[in-house]
Amino acid sequence: MTTTEIQFDSETLALVNNMMKRYPEGKHKSALIPVLHIAQAEFGGWLSVPTMDYVASVMNLKPIEVYEVASFYSMFNMHPVGKCLIEVCRTSSCWLRGAEDVIDHIEKRLNIRVGETSADGMFTLKAVECLGSCGTAPMMQVGADYHENLTIEKVDTLLEKFKDENKQSRYC
Amino acid sequence: MSKKLLLKNDHIEGIHTLPIYRANGGYSVLEKALKTMSPEAILEEVKTSGLRGRGGAGFPTGLKWSFLAKPEGVPRYLVCNADESEPGTLKDRYLMERHPHILIEGMIVSSFALGAKTSYIYIRGEYFYIARILEIAIKEAYEAGFLGKNIQGSGYDLDLYVQVGAGAYICGEETALLESLEGKRGNPRIKPPFPAIAGLYGCPTVVNNVETIAAVVPILEMGGAEYAKIGTEKSTGTKLISASGHINKPGVYEIELGIPVEEFIYSEEYCGGISGGKKLKAVVAGGSSVPILPAELILKTSAGEPRMMSYESLGDGGFLTGTMLGSGGFIVMDEDTSIVKNLYTFARFYHHESCGQCSPCREGTGWMEKILLKILDGRGDMKDIDLLWDIQSKIEGKTICPLGEAAAWPVAAAIRHFRSEFEEYIQYPEKIRDIKHYYRLQETATA
Amino acid sequence: MAKVTIDDITIEVPDGTSILEAARIIGGDIAPPAMCYYSKLKTSGGYCRTCIVKVEQGSAKDPRPMPKPVASCRTTVMDGMVVRNITSPENLEARAGVVEFLLLNHPLDCPICDQAGECDLQDLAYKHGEEETRYQFPRREFEPEDIGPYIKLNMNRCILCYRCVKVADQITDGRCHGVVNRGEVSQISTYIEQAIDNDFSGNMIDVCPVGALTDKTFRFKSRVWYTKPVDAHRDCPKCSGKVRLWYQGEEVLRVTGRKDQWGEIENNEDGSTAWICNDCRFDKKETKDWVIEGPTHVNRRSVISANHYEGLAAIKADTLRMLGSQPHGVKVDLGEGALDPNNE
Repeated sequence: MTTTEIQFDSETLALVNNMMKRYPEGKHKSALIPVLHIAQAEFGGWLSVPTMDYVASVMNLKPIEVYEVASFYSMFNMHPVGKCLIEVCRTSSCWLRGAEDVIDHIEKRLNIRVGETSADGMFTLKAVECLGSCGTAPMMQVGADYHENLTIEKVDTLLEKFKDENKQSRYC
Repeated sequence: MSKKLLLKNDHIEGIHTLPIYRANGGYSVLEKALKTMSPEAILEEVKTSGLRGRGGAGFPTGLKWSFLAKPEGVPRYLVCNADESEPGTLKDRYLMERHPHILIEGMIVSSFALGAKTSYIYIRGEYFYIARILEIAIKEAYEAGFLGKNIQGSGYDLDLYVQVGAGAYICGEETALLESLEGKRGNPRIKPPFPAIAGLYGCPTVVNNVETIAAVVPILEMGGAEYAKIGTEKSTGTKLISASGHINKPGVYEIELGIPVEEFIYSEEYCGGISGGKKLKAVVAGGSSVPILPAELILKTSAGEPRMMSYESLGDGGFLTGTMLGSGGFIVMDEDTSIVKNLYTFARFYHHESCGQCSPCREGTGWMEKILLKILDGRGDMKDIDLLWDIQSKIEGKTICPLGEAAAWPVAAAIRHFRSEFEEYIQYPEKIRDIKHYYRLQETATA
Repeated sequence: MAKVTIDDITIEVPDGTSILEAARIIGGDIAPPAMCYYSKLKTSGGYCRTCIVKVEQGSAKDPRPMPKPVASCRTTVMDGMVVRNITSPENLEARAGVVEFLLLNHPLDCPICDQAGECDLQDLAYKHGEEETRYQFPRREFEPEDIGPYIKLNMNRCILCYRCVKVADQITDGRCHGVVNRGEVSQISTYIEQAIDNDFSGNMIDVCPVGALTDKTFRFKSRVWYTKPVDAHRDCPKCSGKVRLWYQGEEVLRVTGRKDQWGEIENNEDGSTAWICNDCRFDKKETKDWVIEGPTHVNRRSVISANHYEGLAAIKADTLRMLGSQPHGVKVDLGEGALDPNNE
C-alpha cells in the first residue's frame, strides 16, 4: 500500500499545519476531524485506508487512532460514494412535512434506492437523521449547501443542476 | 409584540457584518464589560439575571460558571456548544447564520468573566456553511481589535476558534463534545470529574449553548435585574423557539418566556395555527427527547390551567401530565399524524446516534426501534407494548450520559398518552396502511 | 479515611476508594459483578453498567440519595455514604436488565466457545440474569476478522468492555487495534485486518471477560474444566515469568497469567502486575520449560471453582435450559458424557 499518490498540495499542507497550531502544545490531535474533512474532500469524497494512513502520517498519529475517529462520525464516508452525495433528512419534522415524498421521487428519478449509487457514478442517495432544518422542512444537504422547503419541482431543478455542473460535492 | 432581545435586529439588512452590527449598538457591551466591569461583577449580573442554560437542561448559567475551578497556572476554557442536533431544534443555526456577532460578543465577555484566554465554538459538521459565516465574523472582530492581544486596550487577550464536528448527535453532550474537540471519538466521559474541574485537555472548562452565551450580551446591556423582570420568576428572559411540523408558519421565534402555549400555536405572530385548518393532535414541546403531550394537555395543565411557554409551566404535572421546555424544539402534529410512526423516527434516530459505549443504550435503542418497526409492519403483539415500556425503563437512568433518558422518554410518553393507537395497529393491522409510505416500512422490516 | 455502609455492613476505607473496591474488601456477594472494570488498567470501568448500585445517602455532609444508580467501579466513597447492592430488589432488577442487554445479541454459543467454564458473562448470566430472553430478532453478526496467529477474535461474543484496548495502550508498545464504528455496530478491530503482534499482546486474552479474544494455540483442544491449573515460573528476560499452566494429562495445553479471586492478573512482589509475555504464553508449552510450584485452586465463581468436577450436572441442566430457551430453538446436544468427569 503506497501513499505516494495521496498528498496534500503545499497550500493545503500549510493550512493543515497551521490548523494543528490552534491547540496547546501536544494537543494537535484536536485537528484530526477538520483535517479528515479536508482529506475527504481532496481525495475523492471518501476516506480510503491510504487516505487515513496519510492523515495519520501528516499528524503523527497511529493509524488506528484515525480509523477509530473516522468510523465514528456519520459525515465521513468509509466507502466510495457518487460524485454528488444527496442527503435527505427524514427525522420527525421533515417526515411530517413530506421527506418521504422527496426520497421516493429521487429514487424514481435516479433509478436508485436509498444507500445506492447511480450506475454512472454521479449520484449517491442517503437518508440521514435531523440536520437542523426542521422549520424549513423538507430539506436535503448536498456538500455544504442546505436546500430547504423542497418541493418535487425544486428537487427536479436541483438534480438537473447537479448533473450539469458535474462537480464533486464537498463539505469544505 | 413580545420582547425581542437576541433577534431585535433581525429585520436589519447586513446585520451579520461587523460595521452594521456595530452601528446598531453591537460591541458596546464588550467595551463596557472589559473597561468598567470585573469578571466577578459580570458573574454577579449573570446570576442575578436568572438565565438558565438554553441547550436543553435548563441549568442556571451563573451557578455553572461559579463552579469553575481556578487553580493557579492552569488555563481555563470556554467552549460554545453549537452542536445543535436535537430533532426539532434549529434556533442556534438561525442565530449564528444571521447574528454571528452577538455570539462572538457574548463569547468574548463570557471568556473574560471566566478568565479564559482561548475559547472554541464547536459546531456540528453539517453546519459547515455557518462555520464559514462565523469564521468571517471572527476575522472581522480580530481586525477591529475585539479579539487577539490587549482587546480594546483592556490588557485582556483572547483567541477564538471555530471547530467543526463531523456528524454525531452525541457530541451535543458536553463531555462527548470535549472528547470530539480533542480529536477523539465522541464518547461521553464518565463523571465525575465534571468539566468545571477537568474539561478540555484536563483543564477547568465551561461548556455553554450558543443561545446562552448570546443572552449574556443583553443581560450585561440592561443589567441582570432588568433581565430578570422579563418572563416569569423561574423562567427569566426570552427564549428562541424552533417551531416545526404541521403549522402555517414554521420557523424560529423569540418569545418572552411565560406566554400561553395556545397563543404560540394559534397567533399570527408565531405559528399561525395548524396547517390546512386541521385539528391539533399532539406537540413535542422541547425537542425530540421530551415527552410528547396530546392537545388537551399541551394547551392546559391537568388542573385545567392554561399551559405557558416556561420551564415551570411545561413541567407542571411531571412526566405524568407534563413535559419540558428542553431546547425549545416545538414540533406540532395534526389530527392525521401517526404517533407510532413519529415515535419510530425518533427511535431510529436514537439508535443511529447511540455512541455504543455503554450497554443499555447500545443494545436497548436498537431493540426499541426493531419492536416499533415490527408493530408498524403489522406483526405487533399486545405484549410488545409492555415490553417497550419495560425496555425504556431499563435504559432510563442506567447509562453513562443522558442519551439513555433522551431515548427512553419519548417511548414512555407515547405509550402513556397514546396507548390506544399502538393497540389499534396491533389489533387491526390494516389501519397501518393508512400511514403514507407504508411500503417503505415493510421494506425496511424485511431488509 | 471514609466510613461507608454497603448492604448494612460498615467499613472504613482510605479516601478515594471506589464503592466497588470497598465492597470487595467486604467480599462475597456484596462485591458487585464487574465486566469492564479491571483494577490494574487505568481508566477502565463505567461502560458495562453491571456493577451499578443504589446510593441511599450520598455522604454524612450531604445525606441526599443519588438520583440514579451509579457505576460502583467509578464512584468514589464519601464519608457516611450508604450503599445498597444485593439488599435492594430494585437494584437487582436493574442489574438483571443490564444482563439482558449484554446477552441480547450474544450468540450463546457456549458449547463451542473456549471461554466456557471460565467466562464472566456465563457466570453473570447464571447469577444475575433472567432465564429467558425476550429478544425476538436475529442476532447481530460481524464479519470475522483475522488478527494473527495467536489470538482469535470473535466479535459476536464481545461486550465492548474496552479492556483489551487499554491493555494495548498501557502495556504494549504500540496499539494497532481499537473500537471502530459507532453504536450497535461498534466493534473491536484493527480496521485493516492486520496481525496484532507484540510481546505483550497475549494479555488481551487474559483480560477479556468473554470468549471474544481466545488463545488460538488452545483452540478446541479441550474444555477448561478438563484441564488442571498448575502454577509455575521461569526466569524470563521479558516478563515476570509467573504463569499458570493448564494440563490435560501430561500435556500443557495452555499458559495464562495467574488470576486472583476477581479474575484479575495477580501482582508481583513489588506491586506491579504480573502480565506475561507472548514467549511464555505461546512458546513454552513443555513441562521442562518451567519450574513447577504445584497445583492451584481457582477461586470463586465458574464451573472450575465448583470443586472442579462436582455439581456439573446442575450446570449442564442450566446450560441446556438457557440454550433451549433461545427463540430460534437452537438445539444443543452436549453429547452423552460430555461433561462426565471421567471422560478425560
